[in-house]
Amino acid sequence: MSAPEVTVIDTPAWAGSYGDEVKPRVGFFTDTSICIGCKACEVACKEWNHVPATEYEFTGHSYDNTGDLGSDTWRHVAFVEQRVPVGGVAEGAPDSFVAEAHRQEILQRSGIEAERDGEGLRWLMASDVCKHCTHAACLEVCPTGALFRTEFGTVVVQQDVCNGCGYCVPACPFGVLDRREGDGRVWKCTLCYDRIGDGLEPACAQACPTNSIQFGEHDELRARARERVDRLQADGLAEARLYGEDPGDGVGGAGAFFLLLDEPEVYGLPPDPVDTTRDLGEMWKAAGLAAGAIAAGALAVFAGSSR
Amino acid sequence: MAENHPVGFQWVMEAKERGAKLIHVDPRFTRTSAMADLHVPIRAGSDIAFLGGIVNYILENGREFRDYVVPYTNAAVIVNEDFADTEDLDGMFSGWDPEAGAYDPASWQYEGMTSKSASGGRPGAGGRAGGEASHGAHGAGLSSGQSPSTDPTLEHPRCVFQLLKRHFARYTPEMVERICGVPADQLIEVAESMCLNSGRERTTAFAYAVGWTQHTVGAQYIRTAAIIQLLLGNMGRMGGGILALRGHASIQGSTDIPTLYNLLPGYLPMPQAEGHENLDAYIAEHRPPGGFWGNTSAYMVSLLKAWFGDAATEENDYCFGHLPRLTGDHSHYATSFEMRDGKVDGYFVMGQNPVVGTANSKLHRLALAELKWLVVREFNETETAAFWYDSPEIDSGENSPETIGTEVFFMPAAAHTEKGGTFTNTQRLLQWHHKAIEPKDDCRSELWFMYHLGRRIREKLADSQDPRDLPVLDLTWDYPVEGPRDEPDAEAVLKEISGYGVADRGALSSYMELRDDGSTASGCWIYCGAYADEVNQTARRKPGQDQTWVAPEWAWAWPLNRRILYNRASADPEGRPWSERKRLVWWDEEAERWTGHDIPDFEATKRPDYVPPDGAKAQDALRGDDPFIMQADGVGWLFVPSGLKDGPLPTHYEPMESPVANPLYRQQVSPTREQFVRPDNAYNPIADQRGAEAFPYVMTTYRLTEHHTAGGMSRTLPFLAELQPEMFCEVSPELAAERELEHGGWATVVTMRQAIEARVMVTERMTPQDIDGQRIHTIGLPYHWGARGEVTGDSANELLSIVLDANTHIGEYKAATCDIRPGRRPRGQARLDLVDSYRAQTGDRAGPA
Repeated sequence: MSAPEVTVIDTPAWAGSYGDEVKPRVGFFTDTSICIGCKACEVACKEWNHVPATEYEFTGHSYDNTGDLGSDTWRHVAFVEQRVPVGGVAEGAPDSFVAEAHRQEILQRSGIEAERDGEGLRWLMASDVCKHCTHAACLEVCPTGALFRTEFGTVVVQQDVCNGCGYCVPACPFGVLDRREGDGRVWKCTLCYDRIGDGLEPACAQACPTNSIQFGEHDELRARARERVDRLQADGLAEARLYGEDPGDGVGGAGAFFLLLDEPEVYGLPPDPVDTTRDLGEMWKAAGLAAGAIAAGALAVFAGSSR
Repeated sequence: MAENHPVGFQWVMEAKERGAKLIHVDPRFTRTSAMADLHVPIRAGSDIAFLGGIVNYILENGREFRDYVVPYTNAAVIVNEDFADTEDLDGMFSGWDPEAGAYDPASWQYEGMTSKSASGGRPGAGGRAGGEASHGAHGAGLSSGQSPSTDPTLEHPRCVFQLLKRHFARYTPEMVERICGVPADQLIEVAESMCLNSGRERTTAFAYAVGWTQHTVGAQYIRTAAIIQLLLGNMGRMGGGILALRGHASIQGSTDIPTLYNLLPGYLPMPQAEGHENLDAYIAEHRPPGGFWGNTSAYMVSLLKAWFGDAATEENDYCFGHLPRLTGDHSHYATSFEMRDGKVDGYFVMGQNPVVGTANSKLHRLALAELKWLVVREFNETETAAFWYDSPEIDSGENSPETIGTEVFFMPAAAHTEKGGTFTNTQRLLQWHHKAIEPKDDCRSELWFMYHLGRRIREKLADSQDPRDLPVLDLTWDYPVEGPRDEPDAEAVLKEISGYGVADRGALSSYMELRDDGSTASGCWIYCGAYADEVNQTARRKPGQDQTWVAPEWAWAWPLNRRILYNRASADPEGRPWSERKRLVWWDEEAERWTGHDIPDFEATKRPDYVPPDGAKAQDALRGDDPFIMQADGVGWLFVPSGLKDGPLPTHYEPMESPVANPLYRQQVSPTREQFVRPDNAYNPIADQRGAEAFPYVMTTYRLTEHHTAGGMSRTLPFLAELQPEMFCEVSPELAAERELEHGGWATVVTMRQAIEARVMVTERMTPQDIDGQRIHTIGLPYHWGARGEVTGDSANELLSIVLDANTHIGEYKAATCDIRPGRRPRGQARLDLVDSYRAQTGDRAGPA
């Protein structure tokens, strides 16, 4: 599918504006296929960033009592229980002992019917985070400049500049941003700006025991991710896909992108997120044309009127 | 494992990346199941049948690894003709003494051999705690100097191999489906996968935790897995074995240097009041004829020298008389009942929260109320520390702070970052952690507390002439102390545990250096070498990428830094690896010693073709192809002639509380289960007992990743509390419909002991099962909640009764029965009334026969 025609709003290119201080772009590749739902990422993030605990609420949404990203949740693990066609190991998977057992005709010999029809269970787990978009609408609409792009290409909000106007909140196509209650300002994932400058990886990536959360240079992560999704598809996971990896998508690709095992909606992610400031140029043009037309019309009316 | 050991589970994920297949057998679909290639939803409490089905499959299809089984197990040994199996006696083995309520294992012995009176050999003999010795008496029951009759062709009708076949003959796939609710083809899938993945070129491993041990037949669960792994040749081999997943709070360390009443360090048995009048009597009973336990006297005397130093001399039996003696069952449960009956004066509770973490919470609270004094060392005031003013019995009026006479001392504890020491994990790896920060205010480590408490007691007793005070006064109690708080030097303790020569205080390197003449001291013989060369070996941290894949220079494993136990079995009787792919240790004929990737778990220079001369003792009595060096006869036991109280072979019995009648035998429950029939521990009625229909559902308890055990270390922390804020139960949609439970609503769960409430999680991850024609539902209950902390809730352990595995005194936490109804539970007296209304349906019923 070809990328839609997008009008790119001119922003000071981050690479150019930093001059010599620019660093290679970094981000996250979150491979949800190996997430074990331990929530170490949620806790590590809060510990490092002193993010307050949210209210205690049994949501009933599987094991997800966190709910969604917000001012006080910068890593959120989603849990989705699903019915899937049975056979955790795909029929065509190489080196499959399940297939071997059948081939060995053990079942026939035992006179037992294989119950291969019906459904099995799948439990998807995924750690969500701010996407650090290439075209970050939050950054575009911020009137104070609190939101800015760092020398690493990440998007960070400065608490001492933010005035709590909240413009960024509806701007984000993912619903990441939120104003903190009692505080008024917007808080979000900094991609551990205060760690990566010292050669450390973000707290969540450090804590993740299975390396589901991978931190590194963006290009390298993308190459790794493409290899990984190819391998999973070859293993029979046809629905495995990358999300936010494609620079042609509506946000120009995300600094923090994902490998999903199903459609984005299943995980509570928007299927086709778009930079909400994308069409501003068109909108201003249209508004300008309309204003011009009204002005011309008014002019025509008054110019043609007799005294 | 993903739930309870998420960090360790990364290695499972790593193995998956390299093509390993993961099979998860569990009543619930958990976060581990989510990563597994296959999840098998087994009925809680039926694993012996499932594993027995695998044994049956291996034997019926001839899939055993013969070249391994014949030399390395007791498959060929012929058992005496008096032996009768559960197949003959409708669920019992021969030798049952109904009066004693125990087995006499005489009829289980090998043909021509007599059983020594160790480990269960003297059932119920007055005051004697029989069977405890089993932990340290691997085969002490075998007489010395005799070889049993064998049939290497494995055809003799009474050879172990044939007995095994006969015993498991009925554990067919169809029977497994009937008992476990696991489809027959799934059992075959698992069994075939294991067979294909075992042998010379490949190995399969089991990993388990308390889902196997917390049953009245828990020890036999592990036994069945051991039979499978011996038949398939997976023991002592890399990628094989049976991994007991433990390591939380160093629980492996807590059995190595035991906090268990019936063990001394290194799994030496605790002496008994009867029969162990002196050291010789103790050694005579516990020293088997062969294997490394043959050096019991060296291990024991070295322990006594470590504890009593110069006071321990040959003349006074090395102060053996100073050791406390067992007069019966002094386990946590038995003691709790004694406490309830007013027979215990005082209690130290350190880093444990029995009111939440132990079965039958109410019993423990009532027990605490009968003490004269209670000392609790903790980070925060747990439910156990606060029982006297904050508990259901206070709410209901059954008790009050005015009537409870217990004097409670709450002492603040230091956290693991505030003290140095080791954790011992599942691989027997001792890993040192350094103190990072001084504890705040009055918080102190256990080491500081016990050391200075002991020091003060000794000061008070210093002038005493009372012989009763000598054991305390004769102790070596002189660790160097450091820092502003006189913290004892933990490394000095480690060195004492590892061992030193008495004359020069030089660190020892190996338990082979231990002597029984008073010249050596070692606080734990299996840890000997942890401080070899005056170096804290447990603190070594050479990165994995800088050494071989075995990584011997990361920390230190017991014994002697051997990473895989019994690795002699990774080579054939001639000393050649079974395959190039799986080579681990092997015999180097030129160098005339064993060598390999791992440190050989074998005498370095014993030739593979060594045959012991007559009269050889201890390890010298073992052949060069006897890999199981801790066994008296050097082989793995498919059939256990002595050492277990409940039988030489594992057999399926139902849990103490079960809605299912045992489809295999008339004997419903394990006959040796340790039960406590009393009104404050009433068992739910079962089968055709009156009122059984009141408790139609199976319940099982477990942990969640977000919380830690009894919640003291997680429900008190906001970042963890918010991840799982409320107690909940997990039920299938079908059960929810049957009992009108609403997802997100409340439910009350009831047993003969108590009624608790929980939020309702309706989920397809709980599967109803068809068991022998009955529809069986299971209710899942995490056990983390209690009355105190950031988030609170009812404790699952309120519901459970106390009934134990006789071998281990471990409680049955994983399978019981209950009822469930919608809505919150009543408060105060009404709560007691609700439980009484259930009890009324059962009459006087207090447990199955």
